[in-house]
Amino acid sequence: MKKIIVIGNGMVGYKFCEKLVSKPNRNDYEIEVFGEEPRPAYDRVHLSEYFGEKSAEELLMAPANWYQENNIKLHTSSLISKIDTQKKEITTYRNETYTYNYLVIATGSSPFIPPIKGSEKAGVFVYRTLEDLDAMKSYASKIKKEGKAKAAILGGGLLGLEAANAAKELGMETHVVEFAPRLMPRQLDLPASNLLKSKIESMDIKVHLEKATSEIVGNGAIEAMQFNDDTNLKVDMLIISAGIRPRDELAREAGIKVGERGGIWVNNQMKTSAEDVYAIGEVALYNNGIYGLVAPGYDMAHVAVEQITGGDVTMVSSIDMSTQLKLIGTEVASFGDPFIENDDVSVIAFENKHKGIYKRINVTKDGKKLLGGILVGDASDYNTLFQLYINEMKLPENPEDLILGARGGESSSVGSVMDFPDSAQICSCESVTKGSICGMIKDETCTSLSDVVKSTKATTGCGGCKPMVVDLVNETLKSLGKEVKETICEHFHYNRQELYDLIKINKVQTYDEALNLFGKGDGCETCKPLLASLFASIYMETANKQVTIQDSNDRFLANIQRNGTYSIVPRVPGGEISPEKLMVLGKVAQKYDLYTKITGGQRIDLFGAELHQLPLIWKELIDAGFESGHAYGKSLRTVKSCVGSTWCRYGMHESVSFAIEIENRYRGLRSPHKLKGGVSGCIRECAEARGKDFGLIAVEGGWNLYVCGNGGATPKHAILLAEQLDDETCIKYLDRFLMFYIRTAAPLTRTAPWLEKLDGGIEYLKKVVIEDSLGIAEDLEKEMQGLVDKYECEWKQAIEDPEMMKRFKHFVNTDDSDDNIEYVSLRDQKMPKAWV
Amino acid sequence: MEQLLQQYQSVTQNKVMHWFNAGNINDFPENGGACVKYKSKQIAVYNFTRKSAWYACQNLCPHKMEMVLSRGMIGDASGIPKVACPLHKKTFSLENGENLNGEDYKIATYPVKIENENVYIGFTD
Repeated sequence: MKKIIVIGNGMVGYKFCEKLVSKPNRNDYEIEVFGEEPRPAYDRVHLSEYFGEKSAEELLMAPANWYQENNIKLHTSSLISKIDTQKKEITTYRNETYTYNYLVIATGSSPFIPPIKGSEKAGVFVYRTLEDLDAMKSYASKIKKEGKAKAAILGGGLLGLEAANAAKELGMETHVVEFAPRLMPRQLDLPASNLLKSKIESMDIKVHLEKATSEIVGNGAIEAMQFNDDTNLKVDMLIISAGIRPRDELAREAGIKVGERGGIWVNNQMKTSAEDVYAIGEVALYNNGIYGLVAPGYDMAHVAVEQITGGDVTMVSSIDMSTQLKLIGTEVASFGDPFIENDDVSVIAFENKHKGIYKRINVTKDGKKLLGGILVGDASDYNTLFQLYINEMKLPENPEDLILGARGGESSSVGSVMDFPDSAQICSCESVTKGSICGMIKDETCTSLSDVVKSTKATTGCGGCKPMVVDLVNETLKSLGKEVKETICEHFHYNRQELYDLIKINKVQTYDEALNLFGKGDGCETCKPLLASLFASIYMETANKQVTIQDSNDRFLANIQRNGTYSIVPRVPGGEISPEKLMVLGKVAQKYDLYTKITGGQRIDLFGAELHQLPLIWKELIDAGFESGHAYGKSLRTVKSCVGSTWCRYGMHESVSFAIEIENRYRGLRSPHKLKGGVSGCIRECAEARGKDFGLIAVEGGWNLYVCGNGGATPKHAILLAEQLDDETCIKYLDRFLMFYIRTAAPLTRTAPWLEKLDGGIEYLKKVVIEDSLGIAEDLEKEMQGLVDKYECEWKQAIEDPEMMKRFKHFVNTDDSDDNIEYVSLRDQKMPKAWV
Repeated sequence: MEQLLQQYQSVTQNKVMHWFNAGNINDFPENGGACVKYKSKQIAVYNFTRKSAWYACQNLCPHKMEMVLSRGMIGDASGIPKVACPLHKKTFSLENGENLNGEDYKIATYPVKIENENVYIGFTD
């Protein structure tokens, strides 16, 4: 067995391990990793999210036990002090020595601190590790208590703007100071930089360009930055992000060849000048360059693994530095040579200052090839443009269509991702080609998007390739005649469950925010109600908050009927109603001349109310003690009951009391589709509980709980989930079952078809609900209890708020009512005039 | 019924004889619609707040002849602004009134302009 030692456990060092353990001859190697940070490798690219929603745990590339499970010995907090390439041994700072057969140096880089007087002062930070961020956080909270809240970032490059985002997340007034006349000088030209600057400034971050800092001033702690044009900026905290320097000191001392300006020299096999010593990532000097991006680092890890394990993969000669990212809410992308301008090149640029969009492409004079470009404000074309560039594909006749869109022509100018050659690299973070994605589906290694993601790791890096991978998977599946997991609509490239998680994890509060973050366009009648339902299921938000994304009925809290009038169904829990309340319904129906009918769910439906009458009617009903019945929503409708043991001579338990308890518990609960329940007092089953999404039938010793039944077009009997439960357990299981359904079902899917599609069926469901096989039962219960506690009658809410009431008017410019409504009479009640 | 439909004929910007003040922009919900009465006509007006655009069309859905379109959800289909009727989710382009489900009825559309926070709809009568 040969021993591989890896120095450095950053993103690239981790990627080396990950690629190595997936090799078939992995067991020929013993792997030992030394990292100087206290934590295993984490995602440095998304570091600023540590101040937002992500914990240190969530940023980990793999959990700590991953290394153990894969038989990798990981030493954290272990600095290496020496390499001896003759003895093939390394020494730790504790003076322990370890010998190797192969050594991989992945020590990365450290932030470059320009030689500015005063940079040692308190309040000056660098931006590289979680420890740096922790230190900033505690310093910021300390000085904020003293009323100081101004932070500056030295450096307006990519990382500097990330750091600015972090400072803003800390609640600081944020300034970015850049020496060059542009932001992101390596990626953007002047118009792009100007646009980005104005976008960033609109987010309350001030940008100072062409400022050379000569001194950091302050008595012990930083108080101001002095610039060499004699101006200064008062700040209470400074984050230096002025570039990186490779951590090559170990190699340098060991006599391994390093570059003049730093970096360990490597050839295209990632080999250094010393035998069996490799260098990868930001420390490696390849083709005279240091590459501070994660994608080339991962490629290097791949090459090193191949070389060590006997493969012959080598590094490509020109490293692609294309990037696409979201900076402080603005999409920015740059690819190929973004600046090239000479006689053989045509530059096509488009700027829309009003919308904040800048696009530039550099094309060969003959218009055939794309050489590079820049996108700011809208980078949705990036994937396509990047593929055209990297694969040197032929461009459409009018290359300007690439950034302006085909105007007036028939279809898209570029064609679909299916037109790319098999060699097209779709995911550049993980080096996954179109050929490998489509191949895995064709040879049936993978049958779904999640399979492909699992096997290839495509989309797990920056995620920018997700839409293309989705298209490739769907199109290939379709071409094989297979069913495809569809995304919800053209505006969101996700399914319901993915959106559920995205909204919850990112704490998204409004539809507009969701569309900005995860979607495009103006939405439609599919995604709007779907997201409305998600907001309701996650936050128990009523339909009064985001009125215009609600489905037709939810928007006006009533069911629209044939002639555009509405029907009203107050809640009658368990179908039990006192004569007094029954008379109120009768009187209201009489007063407003409403057609009256008993529903299938043991309540009373009043038809023919005009929009402006709804609040008047509801005011009367609420005063009499009624509340919304949510008959208009994809939500809990009724829990039907038989009369039970109080009156019935056969009854085993009190079905009415329990039905009322359950209906009141879940009232207002929004779900992927409507929910109906039933409770029967004995096995004669008068409440038809087995025709419901959940049904309880009283038996000796408790309740039998049935789930996933329905009437309707494809009737299904509910299936037994658990037997002889007491009231409390019954509710516990119901909480878990309903919440699990709400979390995972596809849109507009009732419980029966949901169960049919659930892998493992009812046995799996039993394991999740009863045995808690997923370990989420407590979560599900808590979540449900949270929703139950937040319940509020949305009709009461609406009539008490004049702003919410505004929508119940037929015309905005007059109090007239709709004069187009005609009725006829039938069996002494009114009916809408029939449609022709 | 035909007579009802006859009332609604698309108006283009250059044919407008009368700009009717339909109310303040705040009378209309954001990213949604509301109905305006003009003489005997019912006009649906939509405020696409996300892209600062306004559209107007007949309130009458030509599918079942009900005055409901203003209560429909709005959005876009491949960039074309549209409304979905609340009764059967028939969708119509707000640019040219065409049915986007491939059926052959269409709706009349009207130009809208905003001046001093007031919403004006253009008519020929």
